[in-house]
Amino acid sequence: MSSESHISHSEPAVYVYEAPLRLWHWINALAITLLALTGYFIASPFPTLPGEASDHFLMGYLRFTHFSAGYILAIGLLFRLYWAVMGNAHARQLFLPPLFSGRFWDGVWHEIKWYAFVAREPRKYEGHNPLATLSMHFLFLWSVIFMIVTGFALYGEGTGMDSWQFQWFSAWVIPLFGQSQDVHTWHHLVMWVLVCFIIVHVYVAIREDIMSRQSMISTMISGWRMFKDNRRVDTDAE
Amino acid sequence: MTESFYDVMRRQGITRRSFLKFCTLTASALGLGPAFVPRIAEAMETKPRIPVLWLHGLECTCCSESFIRSAHPLAKDVVLSMISLDYDDTLMASAGQQAEAIIEETIDKYKGNYIVAVEGNPPLNEDGMYCIVGGKPFVEQLRHASEHAKAIISWGSCASHGCVQAAHPNPTRATPVHKVITDKPIIKVPGCPPIAEVMTAVVTYILTFERFPELDRQGRPKMFYSQRIHDKCYRRPHFDAGQFVEHWDDDSARKGYCLYKMGCKGPTTYNACSTIRWNAGTSFPIQSGHGCIGCSEEGFWDKGSFYDRLTTINQFGIESNADRVGMTAAGVVGAATAAHLAVSAIKRAQHKGDEK
Repeated sequence: MSSESHISHSEPAVYVYEAPLRLWHWINALAITLLALTGYFIASPFPTLPGEASDHFLMGYLRFTHFSAGYILAIGLLFRLYWAVMGNAHARQLFLPPLFSGRFWDGVWHEIKWYAFVAREPRKYEGHNPLATLSMHFLFLWSVIFMIVTGFALYGEGTGMDSWQFQWFSAWVIPLFGQSQDVHTWHHLVMWVLVCFIIVHVYVAIREDIMSRQSMISTMISGWRMFKDNRRVDTDAE
Repeated sequence: MTESFYDVMRRQGITRRSFLKFCTLTASALGLGPAFVPRIAEAMETKPRIPVLWLHGLECTCCSESFIRSAHPLAKDVVLSMISLDYDDTLMASAGQQAEAIIEETIDKYKGNYIVAVEGNPPLNEDGMYCIVGGKPFVEQLRHASEHAKAIISWGSCASHGCVQAAHPNPTRATPVHKVITDKPIIKVPGCPPIAEVMTAVVTYILTFERFPELDRQGRPKMFYSQRIHDKCYRRPHFDAGQFVEHWDDDSARKGYCLYKMGCKGPTTYNACSTIRWNAGTSFPIQSGHGCIGCSEEGFWDKGSFYDRLTTINQFGIESNADRVGMTAAGVVGAATAAHLAVSAIKRAQHKGDEK
């Protein structure tokens, strides 16, 4: 993808993730954690509280946190789309997996073999490996878009029929699913898709950091991709 | 000259004072200002009564039962005379051929100027043989009567969404009215049954302004279906505080806490029960200690138990819900990850020497 990859065979490090992108990643991590936790407890609330209703506002705070984190996630994604245009080539990888490239699918297959312990060695990439690109795009990006759309549809129910949230989202999303309860169920199910994604994402990031040929975790902190050998960098598209 | 509503009311011994009270109540029920009271009164005094054919398909008559209980003492008298209810096989005196002949008469006489109110829905399987009216499938009567109608009112969840007879597996293929009649304006008044005052108010609005009230995208009048039960529930403060009924007849139930955990569908149900209430504003399900079952929502019979917060998902062949599916998936992914981690560690230990 990027031109540097062909220049040198002994590149010490490549600056992959620019600061706004790294910031987005960690804000997302925090927002999604908050959203999943508060969301779970909105659907299955804590044991009932004693005393006067005026003494407590537990569900209110939970829902407020959920809605605020939801706004952060949504605004973050809008910013991320902007950054896909303004940032470097790696900033576009999440949005545009090269699905029509044979080399890309060859890379996916190699990664599957690497994770199945068949291949002895993974390939070397500056950005995401092809399998990661695929799962980031379809499991993460589309799940998050789904959650933002259904989330605003549910939020719009509270803000009322003349709010922009209702007109932009609830008005078409709710009839599309049948009724509000169905939207709740799907919103809930896709939360679990994201939970599964996070389990794998964290595990794979740590595993790749240890076992692959390039740095992983520190890259999302510093932005620099370090390589452990001097062989050629693989690319995922012709 | 067809007599006006006011003529009919006076003929039935209703005083002018009571008539004006009704107009005032109707204006406030419709959310209109005091200036509209004389307009409603004038409309009632001058406008000819709109003929209505009230058809009954697959239904339980709960809509009619609700309708005739419209709370204001006047309303039921007024409304039954207000519309020129030409045909309603449940209420009319005539029967058999005489009754069926009225449909033809109304169609001929008022072509394009009458309203078809449908209670229930037509089953389409076996050419509609599961619901026969006057020796013919109901779907034929519905199509015939609707052809020259000005508009259609879909009373209740049956006509609006299908309701219980359309619940899975829907053996008779009971189909809501808007999927059979596609070329007429349709107003949906869902609920099982709809609230009496909502029904009379919808009729009054149509008569007064000669058009439908503002509808939402699903064809329901916004003035009654734009907010959820939850939004106006008097137990809402307990929800916000986190105070829930955990079991029927526990202390929280006695204190009247929120029924969310008992599967109350108030948060997902659009209706006016928590504001207008039932039986002359006496009460509504939540006030009597039972959660809302969401009867005015599409497919409410097929969303699992009325007493579960999370919808039952039957697609897996076993009873499940979003949390059980999700936790199972997360458990499997977690276990697979742990196993993969173990194998990775062993492999790495085996090949430790190779890398140097």
